[in-house]
Amino acid sequence: MNLMGLFRRRNSAPVARERLQVLLAHERAFVGQSDLLAVLQEEIIAVIAKHVSIERDRVQIKLDRGDPISTLEIDVEVPSAAAAAALRGRPAARPAMVSG
Amino acid sequence: MATVIVVTSGKGGVGKTTSTAALGGALAQSGQNVVVVDFDVGLRNLDLVMGAERRVVFDLINVVQGDAKLPQALIRDKRIDTLSLLPASQTRDKDALTAEGVARVIGELREKFDWIICDSPAGIERGATLAMYHADAAVVVTNPEVSSVRDSDRIIGMLDSKTARAERGEHIAKHLLLTRYDPARATRGEMLKTDDVLEILSIPLLGIIPESEDVLRSSNLGTPVTLGNPNSPAAKSYFEAARRLRGETLVVSIPAERKGFMGRLFGRRAVA
Repeated sequence: MNLMGLFRRRNSAPVARERLQVLLAHERAFVGQSDLLAVLQEEIIAVIAKHVSIERDRVQIKLDRGDPISTLEIDVEVPSAAAAAALRGRPAARPAMVSG
Repeated sequence: MATVIVVTSGKGGVGKTTSTAALGGALAQSGQNVVVVDFDVGLRNLDLVMGAERRVVFDLINVVQGDAKLPQALIRDKRIDTLSLLPASQTRDKDALTAEGVARVIGELREKFDWIICDSPAGIERGATLAMYHADAAVVVTNPEVSSVRDSDRIIGMLDSKTARAERGEHIAKHLLLTRYDPARATRGEMLKTDDVLEILSIPLLGIIPESEDVLRSSNLGTPVTLGNPNSPAAKSYFEAARRLRGETLVVSIPAERKGFMGRLFGRRAVA
């Protein structure tokens, strides 16, 4: 227990180094793109709305920054009726309703 | 041909003003004509670190706004006559600095001096961007600590995009000055090592300034450490850094932990 505590305290610098490397890789990539998520959200809603009627606030986008990979999580709630209609093959050219 | 240097960091309290004074003192001792310029309008401190706080009459703002001529505001150092100070205003704020006014003052300084060393305020706002705008080279002062390294990374990005050189598509030289370095703690893995910081920030190393009582003592006395205590380890590091700024290639000596026999015997516990 005591030994583990010593070990951990001694090695905080490598943790600092790793945290910085991950953080700065992302900050450099996303500098000037702080609204990236907002843009993605708009465009994803537009694409889905072409085919399925969805509600704007039922689309959630999350970015989890990690090393070696980051995950972009897109969560879209589609009303069952709309999904069923889309599956039955409504004409794609027909504009779908987007609320909000 | 004058060289404009900005001493910058993003984060406050890492040693910008101390380093400005020490590098100015070191360059001046090598016979170069040097002016140190305080851009920290409203929170000036370079005058205090230089020991000239009671000699300030006119300041950068007065010159920028045309209320005083540049020679009236320049304070010549009493210890070494190749060193001058252009103090900041204590009563005005950074909005009193105009881009045109700063450009004119830097232009006038370029005619009088070999080195113009601009002490940037902390932060990434107007005061900091004006301080870096005309720079030919930057000294990025960084402590081996996560928040300082992150802010330095941000400042490096700004140097590459928001300076006159960057706008003209020219290169701006960036140098890392690692300050308040404690070799014993780095050896024990408690503090980021020089190589860690260099790898993360990817700019060349200008020098490593060890954490030192001599630096605090110099501030207390109002004497740049390179003038007041030139044989101290910190001053020697600053002298080497100044020579590198002049283009010399020197191996950077990393201050090593000096462990006595008992220290070695009992290892890290004994030193801690």
